[in-house]
Amino acid sequence: MIYELVVGLETHVELSTKSKIFCGCTTAFKGEPNTHCCPICIGLPGTMPRLNEGVVQYAVAAGLALNCKIAEFSKMDRKNYVYPDLPKAYQISQHDKPLCYEGHVLLSNGRKIGIERIHIEEDAGKLIHQGGATFIDYNRGGVPLIEIVSKPDFRDVEEVVEYLELLQLTMRYIEVSDCKMQEGSLRCDVNVSVMPKGSSKFGIRTEIKNMNSFNNIRKAVQYEMNRQIDILESGGAVTQQTMRYMADVGVTEPMRGKEDAHDYRYFKEPDLVNIYVSKEQVECIASKMPELFSSKLNRYVNEYRIPLEDARLLAEYKNVAKFFEDSVKCARSEQSYKNCANLILSVIFSKFNSEEEKEIFNISVSSEEMFKLLSLQEEKKISNNMAKKTLEKMLETGSKVFDIISEADLQGVSEDRLLEICNLALNENEKAAKDYASGKDRAIKSLIGFVMKQTKGRADAALAERILKDIIAERKF
Amino acid sequence: MIFELNKLLKSKKVSAKELAKKYIEAIKREDRRLNSYVYLSEEFALKCAEVVDSKLRNGEDISILEGLPFTLKDNISTEGLPTSCCSKILRGYVPIYDAFVWKILKNENSVLLGKTNMDEFAMGSTCETSCFGGAKNPHNVNYVAGGSSGGVASAVAAGLAVYGLGSDTGGSIRQPASFCGTVGLKPTYGAVSRYGLVAFASSLDQIGPITTTVEDASLVFDEISLRDEQDCTCLGAKEKTFSHIKDNISGIKIGVAKEFLNLADEDVKKSVSLVINAYEKMGAEVEYISLPSCEYALMVYYIVACAEASSNLGRYDGIRYGSRVSSYTNFHDMICKTRSEGFGKEVKRRILLGTYVLSCGYYDAYYKKAHMVRSKIINEFNDAFKCFDVILTPTTPTTAFECGYSAKDPVSNYKADICTVPVNIAGLPAVSVPCGFDCKGLPIGFQIIGQKFHESKILNVANKFEEYTNACYVKKVTGGYPYDI
Ligand SMILES: [Zn+2]
Repeated sequence: MIYELVVGLETHVELSTKSKIFCGCTTAFKGEPNTHCCPICIGLPGTMPRLNEGVVQYAVAAGLALNCKIAEFSKMDRKNYVYPDLPKAYQISQHDKPLCYEGHVLLSNGRKIGIERIHIEEDAGKLIHQGGATFIDYNRGGVPLIEIVSKPDFRDVEEVVEYLELLQLTMRYIEVSDCKMQEGSLRCDVNVSVMPKGSSKFGIRTEIKNMNSFNNIRKAVQYEMNRQIDILESGGAVTQQTMRYMADVGVTEPMRGKEDAHDYRYFKEPDLVNIYVSKEQVECIASKMPELFSSKLNRYVNEYRIPLEDARLLAEYKNVAKFFEDSVKCARSEQSYKNCANLILSVIFSKFNSEEEKEIFNISVSSEEMFKLLSLQEEKKISNNMAKKTLEKMLETGSKVFDIISEADLQGVSEDRLLEICNLALNENEKAAKDYASGKDRAIKSLIGFVMKQTKGRADAALAERILKDIIAERKF
Repeated sequence: MIFELNKLLKSKKVSAKELAKKYIEAIKREDRRLNSYVYLSEEFALKCAEVVDSKLRNGEDISILEGLPFTLKDNISTEGLPTSCCSKILRGYVPIYDAFVWKILKNENSVLLGKTNMDEFAMGSTCETSCFGGAKNPHNVNYVAGGSSGGVASAVAAGLAVYGLGSDTGGSIRQPASFCGTVGLKPTYGAVSRYGLVAFASSLDQIGPITTTVEDASLVFDEISLRDEQDCTCLGAKEKTFSHIKDNISGIKIGVAKEFLNLADEDVKKSVSLVINAYEKMGAEVEYISLPSCEYALMVYYIVACAEASSNLGRYDGIRYGSRVSSYTNFHDMICKTRSEGFGKEVKRRILLGTYVLSCGYYDAYYKKAHMVRSKIINEFNDAFKCFDVILTPTTPTTAFECGYSAKDPVSNYKADICTVPVNIAGLPAVSVPCGFDCKGLPIGFQIIGQKFHESKILNVANKFEEYTNACYVKKVTGGYPYDI
């Protein structure tokens, strides 16, 4: 039988608000254990939570970016369970009235992935096992999270990865989270089931907890899917359970049975008041939202005529996209857009050693200077090669365009001057000209070489070649 | 009394230090038989008093509560001073932060004498579930002080503090105040910050004063009822009550809740009838009213309070603070043993009950239904307040219980809260005022219930009774004050 994969995701995203969700402590990653704590986030007797308004705003922004509806009224609930990293023995979360609901994400294959809900909650601390003892670090306790719950709409593991990448990009774009999987600011629980292809009845699912890399998600889902198919093929039934992916051996295994039997005894958090988000507040947040990745991508391809792959690279990081757009803001031609894209992707990106540097995009060239450079290139006052070399120098020294390129340099490559030099080249190398005219194509190279030597390499070689060929044809060598 | 003591200090007839010393001596002398204090902060108190004295020497003015010796119930967080909720599980716990109300009073140089006895985690109505043993009734030590704020009521009645702050979840201020012949004010839910009050049932808990007179209750309430950003359910009082307590009450409409009166003992009924007569003579219009849903208030209370308590008390696991058993095999074993040894019987009973009513499959039948009834009770009160300014009831159906009586029959003990519990369910303010004695010489109190944030009105009505009777019930019960004023 042919089976179809069904996947749903619960994604936890740590919000990058400066302070925690219910107290004033910093949310900074790292820090000595238990130094980002106060009576509230370690749950000392008598303390009370106070909702950080920024968390609601960030979560609403996330909801809007994922096409969700925003609940005018929502509330916080207590999710009761005992674990040493949870100092109050309950997590303040949202149970039946989430802040955002009914959204979706559009994948590149045209499929829509439904978002059931997004709710806000507090993160727990961290257990550190060391030398047979267990220590608790509550620095992470109370860091704000949003949980994004998708519908079971994924039918292929690559869809899962694309969705997560898109989620990551989007959250970074609207600056609500850095979504670093390795630091745990993006974590994922994956619900996996299989059903006969064409069926509309879902199979029994298992939940793989706490996935923290795209690669592991790929492998875990693939493994879990095959495991379930094997069970069904051999006439068995899948057991609904919580699994853990053992990355080192590449298998999934059930977690302790108790995890499934949780009764969280949800009830409304009596220490907090209801959350009301007015239409005006939602509009205000919406009006401050930047253009999102998918819209930029479309624009780059359709408006600027940038090839899709290049457009993706430019739009991926907001700072890169901003530099690109600012630089070509006043440009007139499609060629300038392309030139700009090429210079960024080839020259500027080669200076970066990591994706992080790319994202930060800290360079010593302003978009104004970049525009000047692009204009010279567009007006053919400098060659592509010259543009690259100039940009490299600008990046290294922080100099301005006209500190590097002098008036003389510019004259050296104007079309009139180039014509003069080409004529000179033919006059002084009559043999080469005749060789070319008689069919020895390679002879043109030495002529171009002469021109480049005369212009100290600043001439546009392709243009020089064309001019040389024209003159040879004209003068009938 | 607060007013007079303040004048005494200002006129330098007595120094704050002398005053504090008098109270400390009285505690050392009297409290062995009353057991109202569980922790004495003598050094701290004297230091505060010295600050006040030096201010007075420099000719500076002092505020109304400045330099006055008082006490806090042991569930109000005090930085550097133990806060145990009279539970073994919090043995050794010394908070690192101050409750909002204590911060206000500390800034005013109020002289904290110590922390007073209470039922463990405020669960009880006798003070006897305290791990330190119960506080006794100063009128007769064979009787309980009441609960849960029994220590505060006992101390204030015996003149071991000028006033005290307790907490009231289902009557825990008003009932002991009534048992000990003192005034107890349970403010509107949201009038006084709960920040730093160790939670029992968060949607019902409220901090309030126990004092010897209504005037004092008004003065203390006015100081502590400030808005607090740390407690988003707290709005603070809408006005100062003190300027209203002497307002004329003729023509005021008082509804007497007959269901509650009918439940009361003969002695209590008789006293409350005299109260009604007094009000009629003062020109109030008194009518009997019915609040039929209040019959269900106790059930609602025990479901909601226990549910919230089961969650609030989950944090006592021995990991971060408080006591922890010395031997255990793993995490699970550690918290099991710690909680089994640390919590008393009544607390365990309520945690189990609360866990049960919130459990999957029972939530709708209990917790959800309780909230529906809660709304009904709130509506019934709202309707009553369309016709009446205040509602009058006995504070308790009986006077103080004999020591040891409650342990025998917890359910009948729960029933004794019938008059006070509906007020918490509806989040209303209410004050208990002494109005007589039963045949055994034990104090009787009546309760005035008002609309939300109408503390001025109930204190006004209460104060008028005190004025009318020349506060005879107050003076008679105490008598043992360090300063006869
Ligand atoms: Zn904190």
